[in-house]
Amino acid sequence: MADLTAFVALEGVSHAYGGAGSTLAVDGLTIRVNRGEFAAVVGPSGCGKSTLMKLATGLQFPFAGTVAVAGEVVRKPVKIAGMAFQAPTLLPWRTTLENLLLPLEIVEPHRGRLRRHKADYVARAEALLASVGLGGFGGQYPWQLSGGMQQRASLCRALIHEPALLMLDEPFAALDAFTREELWCVIRDLHAVRGITVILVTHDLREAVFLADRVFVMSARPGRVLSERVIDLPRPRDLEATFTPHFQEIVHALRDQIVRARQ
Amino acid sequence: MTATSLSVRLAPWLFTVALFAAWEAAVHLFRIPQFFLPPPTAIAQAFVDYWPAIYRNSLFTLGTTALGFALAVGFGLALGLVIGWSRTIYAGLYPLMIGFNAIPKVAVVPILVLWFGIGAVPAVLTAFLISFFPIVVNVATGLATIEPELEDVLKALGASKLDIMRKVGIPRALPYFFGSLKVAITLAFVGSVISETIASNVGIGNLMLQAQAQFLVPLIFAGLIALAVEGIVMYWLMAVLEARMTGWAHRSGFAQG
Ligand SMILES: Nc1ncnc2c1ncn2[C@@H]1O[C@H](COP(=O)(O)OP(=O)(O)OP(=O)(O)O)[C@@H](O)[C@H]1O
Ligand SMILES: [Mg+2]
Repeated sequence: MADLTAFVALEGVSHAYGGAGSTLAVDGLTIRVNRGEFAAVVGPSGCGKSTLMKLATGLQFPFAGTVAVAGEVVRKPVKIAGMAFQAPTLLPWRTTLENLLLPLEIVEPHRGRLRRHKADYVARAEALLASVGLGGFGGQYPWQLSGGMQQRASLCRALIHEPALLMLDEPFAALDAFTREELWCVIRDLHAVRGITVILVTHDLREAVFLADRVFVMSARPGRVLSERVIDLPRPRDLEATFTPHFQEIVHALRDQIVRARQ
Repeated sequence: MTATSLSVRLAPWLFTVALFAAWEAAVHLFRIPQFFLPPPTAIAQAFVDYWPAIYRNSLFTLGTTALGFALAVGFGLALGLVIGWSRTIYAGLYPLMIGFNAIPKVAVVPILVLWFGIGAVPAVLTAFLISFFPIVVNVATGLATIEPELEDVLKALGASKLDIMRKVGIPRALPYFFGSLKVAITLAFVGSVISETIASNVGIGNLMLQAQAQFLVPLIFAGLIALAVEGIVMYWLMAVLEARMTGWAHRSGFAQG
């Protein structure tokens, strides 16, 4: 019997982009993420991690299995999710601040309120920008910002409507090591402050271990969960924690599993 | 202003003057007969002598071109939006459009004459038929090349197709649209001149044909120069319009390469 009580639950989900019968992207995938949890998903390239994100947000629908978010079976795009990807995908004709307001022009109840309460929303967007170190950059266009700053803005856009679920698909993959670690801390703090549920797809095992409460390892295509590992490092975590032997041990163990999954 | 930027600004004028000077010199140097290639001075004289005719016919050509172009903008924009909106419509219309675009428009003029008689109407319609295609293709491309990730972000917020078009599709199609106008106006001009040359008794194309019949070679070339000037002015107008409407696209390096 499928257990749909977890905040995000995929139960025995199979999906093929060409419809049933074509090549499977994921096969019998089961994953449960609790409310407020920070989950990371790692696995070989092409194993269906992005597909998992699309299934969980109702952008794709499986031909077998059940997807449920917040106790409800997903039949259309869920409206409680914020998403950010490897590419920041900000609109170049809007300033950074206007980019942040975009979700509010779409999601109810903000959509109907935006015009009348513009000042409140702008203040909210500016506060959010400040919280990721972009205070004062709202008037700049995205192409005037560095890659790391654009990615921060993209995170803000994912969070502006205060979603209960944050989906991150390799959001830091295109950044240099130092910027990436800075943004780890930004995400860590956002998660700690807001108690939001996060699902993070990444190729970087250190990133997964540093940020997540639980790491799921997926098999090669068609993807399913091979194993999950609870990361018992105490919070709040410091970047220093990544240099401890215990941290390294966990990373190594995960790495071995992925090497085996690739074979 | 620095020396380089001044020379860059002057360069177009200098090169144009140089071209005409070289032309003039070559005609005299090689004793090229005037009925073969008249020198620019003779062409200038033809402008003076035939100014009323050149002026009237230029305005006429400008009018048919502008009308055909306006039709093409309206129709091209609408069809581009429809095609960019729906994959099915795109799939259905694409082969038809390719087929239509493959027809040399000069071959359509006799049919237009059959339907509408000679004169302004076939010129306007030829200008329209020849110039809407790049507008349609560009608008549809702008809509069709929305980043899938961005579409996912918006859909996951519950955005409808109309929301996505309004917030993303149409603004991002605008640079493509304004970019296509430069091409379209040039084509519209080609279309109206072709039609006037074959089937009209007014317009620069017709003026040149009559000048040829009377062996007024400098007037033929004066017609050519008039066409070139009109073409440059219209292209320049569209370029200015493009720059004003979509400055962000240039500054951000959007849709380049
Ligand atoms: N839009 C699509 N249409 C058809 N097939 C797709 C589509 N998106 C993904 N696939 C296929 O589904 C499988 C899983 O793709 P997915 O993008 O989920 O992998 P991934 O784990 O995110 O890979 P990566 O780590 O490289 O991002 C792949 O084999 C891919 O070919
Ligand atoms: Mg992926």
